[in-house]
Amino acid sequence: MSASRSREPRAVRLLLIGLALAAFVLFLLVPLVAVFVEAFRDGARAWLAAVTEPDARLALKLTLLVAAIAVPVNAFFGLAAGWALGKFRFPGRSLVLTLVDLPFAVSPVVAGLVFVLLFGRTGFFGPWLAGRGVEVVFALPGIVLATVFVTFPFVAREVVPLMQSQGTDEEEAARVLGAGFFTTFFRVTLPNVKWALLYGIVLCTARAVGEFGAVSVVSGHVRGETNTLPLHVEALYNEYAFQGAFAAASLLTFVALATMVAKAIVSRRAREEAP
Amino acid sequence: MSRRRVSPSLLPGFGPALGVTLLLLSLVVLAPLAALLATTLRGTPREFLAAVSTPRVVAAMRLSFLVSLGAAAVSALLGLLLGWVLVRYRFPGRRLLDALVDLPFALPTAVAGITLTTLYAPTGWLGRPLAALGVPVAFTPLGIGVALVFLGLPFTVRTLQPVLASLDPEVEEAAASLGATRLDTFRRVLLPELLPSLLTGTTLAFARGLGEYGSVVFISGNMPMKTEIAPLLVMTKLEQYDVAGATALATLLLVASFLLLLVLNRLEAWAARAVR
Amino acid sequence: MNRSSRRFLRPVLAFAASVAAILSIHARGGAAPPARVELLNVSYDPTRELYREVNAAFSREYLAKTGTAVTVKMSHGGSGKQARSVIDGLKADVVTLALAYDVDALADRGLVRPGWQARLPHNSSPYTSTIVFLVRSGNPKGIRDWTDLARPGVSVICPNPKTSGAARWGYLAAWGSALKAGKGEAGAKSLVGGLFRNVAVLDTGARGSTTTFVTRGLGDVLVAWENEAHLALAETGAGRVEIVVPNTSILAEPPVAVVDAVVDRKGTRAVAEAYLRFLYTPEAQAIAARHHYRPRLPEAAAKAGRAFPSVATFTIDGLFGGWRAAQKRHFDDGGVFDSLFTTK
Repeated sequence: MSASRSREPRAVRLLLIGLALAAFVLFLLVPLVAVFVEAFRDGARAWLAAVTEPDARLALKLTLLVAAIAVPVNAFFGLAAGWALGKFRFPGRSLVLTLVDLPFAVSPVVAGLVFVLLFGRTGFFGPWLAGRGVEVVFALPGIVLATVFVTFPFVAREVVPLMQSQGTDEEEAARVLGAGFFTTFFRVTLPNVKWALLYGIVLCTARAVGEFGAVSVVSGHVRGETNTLPLHVEALYNEYAFQGAFAAASLLTFVALATMVAKAIVSRRAREEAP
Repeated sequence: MSRRRVSPSLLPGFGPALGVTLLLLSLVVLAPLAALLATTLRGTPREFLAAVSTPRVVAAMRLSFLVSLGAAAVSALLGLLLGWVLVRYRFPGRRLLDALVDLPFALPTAVAGITLTTLYAPTGWLGRPLAALGVPVAFTPLGIGVALVFLGLPFTVRTLQPVLASLDPEVEEAAASLGATRLDTFRRVLLPELLPSLLTGTTLAFARGLGEYGSVVFISGNMPMKTEIAPLLVMTKLEQYDVAGATALATLLLVASFLLLLVLNRLEAWAARAVR
Repeated sequence: MNRSSRRFLRPVLAFAASVAAILSIHARGGAAPPARVELLNVSYDPTRELYREVNAAFSREYLAKTGTAVTVKMSHGGSGKQARSVIDGLKADVVTLALAYDVDALADRGLVRPGWQARLPHNSSPYTSTIVFLVRSGNPKGIRDWTDLARPGVSVICPNPKTSGAARWGYLAAWGSALKAGKGEAGAKSLVGGLFRNVAVLDTGARGSTTTFVTRGLGDVLVAWENEAHLALAETGAGRVEIVVPNTSILAEPPVAVVDAVVDRKGTRAVAEAYLRFLYTPEAQAIAARHHYRPRLPEAAAKAGRAFPSVATFTIDGLFGGWRAAQKRHFDDGGVFDSLFTTK
């Protein structure tokens, strides 16, 4: 294809590559580098101290706990939605698909607010919950709910289109051969969508770990109790503890980088196995 | 792609799977959003209109709308550039660039917020030279725009990339052999092919930007009438014990998100047809 | 199990194992303590350092006196936001907020009993503060008093009066200084209007403003709590910023209160009340003075080695008819503050 008429002149090519690299450096690389420069500004020892202090450890623990609950819930939901919406056609299907996508477009602030309106002391279920001593908002359940809401579409969005495009021939064959629902699902369907599922789980985990706006509304900001790691970053930032804030932020950035690596691996494997 | 209509009797599990889907959907998404609408409907329409038509609310909505739109447009241009270069050219650093495009999506918004503020403040690496040029970024609408371009970039790049990769080079060869210049080919042949996915990515970026809070509050400056975005005003109204005002504005944002999703669905259907 | 599903399970298992490993490491961090009482103090932004020290001292004293170990957990944020959280169900045993209006909001909703302000000495404010200016080193813009903040060409950093207690005190301090100077309501409005036209960044909380001024380097003058200004001075080191005390300012009385509805449910009333009473003891007063809050016990300032410059102060009750009236007239939607931004 060299020097073919359907390619740009070398100068244009170099210019475009140059512009792309400039945008890349300015918009992506510099912020990434800045996080680590600020995090290690006072040396590795200060970084270690900042990420191992009790409030940071408890915030990390809470963040992982929330993700460990929210991600499986969404994975389960994604598979159920994939089966119902991907393998079957029924009236109202596209409306359900749109509603599944809705949390993606809803402002995180609104996502937090709705749970306060629902479960807050003066909310719809507030008095009922208070009468039973159940805490939802400003406690773990509220944070988990807000996180599940925000990450709701991620697995379903990957799994539904794939299940739909794969059709039902293989499953029907399995049925004809006498396989039950679970055998069909686990031996035929799941292996076929595993990469899409993993991909969705990776995206979901990244958002669950990093959610700020929605969680900020329902957290109550109690240190060492309801502060997730992103909220801990904000708290430190507001205390002139910049190095500490960026140290905690660097942990989250590691998660983000791990996400991207996982994402790249998953999509490569998916491509390799694609027929 | 299988075009066969499913006969539901052959595959089991439709009922339970749909049941689980609708149950979770109702519990997690629909019930909370219904609570918002119900709270808003407690007031009269007149009160709702009064709450969302104060100068400050109008200014915040306009700012959120315009800056998100502008940022989505810039994201689209950058997305086109990055997508094109990533798919068409081979150069050192391409793999790294390709992987890092997802950074804004994977990075927690609070981290993005404090990092961008640190970079673009008048004392930051990028803010200092820009301020010297007379272009203050942090704490201006431009700063909000920068944060939203950062946020929107993965959406435009990732929707364009597969379409760019699937373009048939023979069409371009044909155009060239018919005497079209490269620029003509791009404008008349490639751009129409790319348009659906370009618009899809732009709308995604726009929808995300309109509601974004975490990465914007740190850099925006929060001046009423000037740099106060709508999601922040929801928070502010809540803190002023003005629940009715907060829910009214939140409802407005929710309706905007829903309309954008409908647009998005049409665009995606169009994009899917265009690829085939 | 076939090969491909095993390959699929491996990363999932590895992920689960690593999550479990991390959780177990962190679970070991908190060793199981003996039975103890836990209080939650919901406070405003700049009190982080103060209450860290107060809480340690109180726990020590209460343990020695009663044999009960008390842990005081903290939540910080803008005063209005914090009160809002308590209204929505955050289980605060005590609130230590920036202004009485926010505690009144709790009282209006039945969380705090009416008449709360008379239950503790000094209007339920164990310490006071005032609003001062932080300027760049050498005071290049020659800022001495409130009128200088309204001069053209002066860039002011102040948090948002809608959400920040400090900003509301600052706004009223500016307004009151004009009244005290005999300029009347019109003069006050023009002064405050000029001031807020000069504001470059309106952060949501006092802390955000300090960061904007000190770390981001924006603005010529920061309108701040006296204690916050001193903290910023200590954090940045001398030679970069300095404090200017205006001739007249407001006597800011940050209130504390037990949240009756919460302590009665949790059974923590005794500890919560002891905690707030502790704030009036010489020990706590000295801690407050060390953190640049003006103590109610004059000898505490001397003991902490702090000298507070004298300012002619006025009170909100004296000049504005109390918080409710001031809030309604100035800060509610459609009030004077809004008119400063919409009419120009």
